[in-house]
Amino acid sequence: MHNPKDPAVPLQPLLALENLKKYYPVRKGIINHTVDHVKAVDGVDLTIYPGETLGLVGESGSGKSTIAKLIVGLETPTEGRILFDGQDISRLSPREMIGLRSELQIVFQDPYSSLNPRKRVGDLLAEPLKVHRIMPAKDISREVDRLLELVGLPKNSRGRYPHEFSGGQRQRVGIARALSLKPRLVVCDEPVSALDVSIQAQILNLLKELQRELGLTYLFIAHGLGAVKYVSDRIAVMYSGKIVETGKVDEIFREPKHEYTRTLLDASPIADPRQRNKRRAFHSH
Amino acid sequence: MFKYVIRRLLIAIPVLLGVTVINFIIMKMAPGNPVDMLISPQTPAAALEAKRIELGLDAPAYVQYWSWFTHLLRGDLGYSMVTYEPVGRMIFDRLGPTLLLMGTSLIIGVAIAIPLGILSARRQYSKLDYAAVTGSFLGISIPNFFLGLGLIYVFSLWLKILPSSGMSTLGGNGGFVDILLHLIMPVIVLTANVAGRNIRYVRSSMLEILEQDYLRTARAKGLKETLVINRHAVRNALIPIVTVLGMEIPILFGGAVVIEQIFSWPGIGQLTMSSIMSRDYSTIMGLNLLAAVIVILANLLTDIAYALVDPRIKYSK
Amino acid sequence: MNLFKRYFAGRSEAQEEMLGWPEGDENSRTLFWRRFKRHKLAVAGLVVIGILTLCAIFAPFITAYKPTTVTDSFGAAPSLQHWLGTDQVGRDQLSRLIYAARVSLAVGLGSIVISAVIGTVLGLISGYFGGWIDSIIMRLTDIFMSFPYIMLILVVASIVGPGLTNIILILGVLGWPGVARLVRGNVLSAKENDYVKAGRVLGFSSGRIIFSHILPNVVAPILVYATSGVAGAILDEAALSFLGLGVQPPTPSWGNMLASAQSLTVLTSQPWLWVPPGLMIILIVLSINFVGDALRDALDPKNNK
Repeated sequence: MHNPKDPAVPLQPLLALENLKKYYPVRKGIINHTVDHVKAVDGVDLTIYPGETLGLVGESGSGKSTIAKLIVGLETPTEGRILFDGQDISRLSPREMIGLRSELQIVFQDPYSSLNPRKRVGDLLAEPLKVHRIMPAKDISREVDRLLELVGLPKNSRGRYPHEFSGGQRQRVGIARALSLKPRLVVCDEPVSALDVSIQAQILNLLKELQRELGLTYLFIAHGLGAVKYVSDRIAVMYSGKIVETGKVDEIFREPKHEYTRTLLDASPIADPRQRNKRRAFHSH
Repeated sequence: MFKYVIRRLLIAIPVLLGVTVINFIIMKMAPGNPVDMLISPQTPAAALEAKRIELGLDAPAYVQYWSWFTHLLRGDLGYSMVTYEPVGRMIFDRLGPTLLLMGTSLIIGVAIAIPLGILSARRQYSKLDYAAVTGSFLGISIPNFFLGLGLIYVFSLWLKILPSSGMSTLGGNGGFVDILLHLIMPVIVLTANVAGRNIRYVRSSMLEILEQDYLRTARAKGLKETLVINRHAVRNALIPIVTVLGMEIPILFGGAVVIEQIFSWPGIGQLTMSSIMSRDYSTIMGLNLLAAVIVILANLLTDIAYALVDPRIKYSK
Repeated sequence: MNLFKRYFAGRSEAQEEMLGWPEGDENSRTLFWRRFKRHKLAVAGLVVIGILTLCAIFAPFITAYKPTTVTDSFGAAPSLQHWLGTDQVGRDQLSRLIYAARVSLAVGLGSIVISAVIGTVLGLISGYFGGWIDSIIMRLTDIFMSFPYIMLILVVASIVGPGLTNIILILGVLGWPGVARLVRGNVLSAKENDYVKAGRVLGFSSGRIIFSHILPNVVAPILVYATSGVAGAILDEAALSFLGLGVQPPTPSWGNMLASAQSLTVLTSQPWLWVPPGLMIILIVLSINFVGDALRDALDPKNNK
């Protein structure tokens, strides 16, 4: 694989999943013995290069959210490795993980559930800075202002509680919090699917802007191709725990190889008439 | 379903074991030991020591526990330290009156609480509703023993129409009417409690159901209001109430201790009080164990009943 | 694509309507009060509790006699000197009644603080960590809940001996299982929130997540439970003292004042000795229960009126 920005330079992946598996036991019977496993993630290989956005698409239950949880350490894999910058982080103890926290962050799907309703926005953003002692206490206030500005929220937001914000504004707070530790990789777990369509675009634009300004790498998870197509450099399609197809955005849209990808393409509305025509042509073959 | 019952029974085993361990710890913590009780102060120290060894009191605690436990498995609860009677027999003799008292109170209490709670919910904010809710608050706020004393004052001492103590008149024939008269006041006290706790519960459960969409649908379908209430709402409102009934059992047990003391009702509660007063720990342990078994069984039956009433619940996991 | 182009134009500032911040924190507090105040009986209850608390605190200044002082009359009916008469030992009944409020309030608050702390910590740990820790703690609560509460209290009281401090400790130490179950249940649902997961991803310690993020979100149900717990503890103390295993005379408690009514003379001919303490128990317990009910209603998140 070559640098997507400059094909001449071969590049080391920022994140690589190697044969990653996550099985959940199905317990049954009187003594609760394990009778079967749900193979949520079943042997996934995936690489993400610095500075790119990899879109991960699949229907709900396909295992894409489990991959997000595995990467940020909310779940432990049953098998396989998660290499971050060449180092296996899949089985680190919580203590060893602390140093890596700043490198890997996540933006959650539901902005209503992802912000603690009892904390002011300013405290939500300051807390990670305090916990990790990133900067002297006197600088924290200024850093919070900077984060708010970064995501396009007014400075007076810091004294307010999450319930005073709309869904889109909340998601901006969630993004600011994820960025507070200056991560290199941000996992966006369906960050816009809980929002109104008109607001989705704003958040997607914000994410793209932030990527440009801060040199972020994204794993962007979604259940449809619409948003993914807009933000991604490459797309991986997931189906029942496995990656069935990976490729550059236009490759996937032009020549979907896997049947499931074609189903997804048919399901997603195409805004661009030229694309639509192309697809028609493709189907008429 | 069968599997679920088995599973619940298996889970109950460690709980019961825990109960026996706590029982045993309490017994060990208790001041004095059976030997002091069995032998007069004149007995020489050597004989005392021999008796201690004979009773196994010199053995380490876990050996003593094991011996106590194996006796228990054979249904042997030991002997009272005060009357030297077998604990099992003493408890058995007292069980009937207590079950009569608790059972009657529970049935009447529920028979009051359910219709009153439902009516109260259907006529929310009516005079009846306020009366029922206030009454329910009073029911849980009046101390058992104060209500009992008040009843004795009014009905036995002032009006002289009800007997104030015992289960039957001394020298009387112990017939049905006699027992019934003795039963009235203690049952009123416990019933006030049961009804007090459950009226508001039935009411809020019913209110919640009445809010739900399927009832509106039933109404929209043109079903008669009473039919709607009876067929749809009441059944669903009663489901959560089943669980609460299971929780009534240990509370009633506790209430019985105080009530039987006041009305000299010859049941488990009075036995509990008298054995506590005379530090008859072997009897107390037997009583505790019995109570725990009943509570656990009641909980199990509640859960099974819950599963039977509520078709949504499947115990397959 | 055209759909997005419209939004491309300017810098993507938060263009959503920013008008009218829905409700500030001060507002939610007034909202709470508005809902609470709808319960007239609860407001009355709050006043009663306030007055009784003041009476209890300032008991030495508002009573004419010390609760243990033996005066010249024995078992006398209410008079100008002794508004509620005197007991068989010759102590002023009204003074004892007022001092006894101290016992009830101390037992109610003291024991519920103990059981709320134990129950909350165990419930938080049980619910947050799950697994075998959860199993052990839950089996332990099962065991404690299998004993009929009063019976267990009586047995323990007979072992450790009576007295005010012991009663508070016993009721407190034996009262936690209900709190633990309640807290655990709330933690189980609270920890499904993404903000808890976000805390883990941000590298917060378990302690910080549990106490700083989860606990504040489960305080409301604990508060409601604790309120009814105070009422329950006051009733339990009264019953224990009534049975002679609680607060011992000469320290006055409404329960042990009622115990005198077990004698037939007192019951029939000296009602001033047992009716007032009984009414006081009903008054305070009823007030607390009304307040608890209003709290439950006002703190219910489903209730937005």
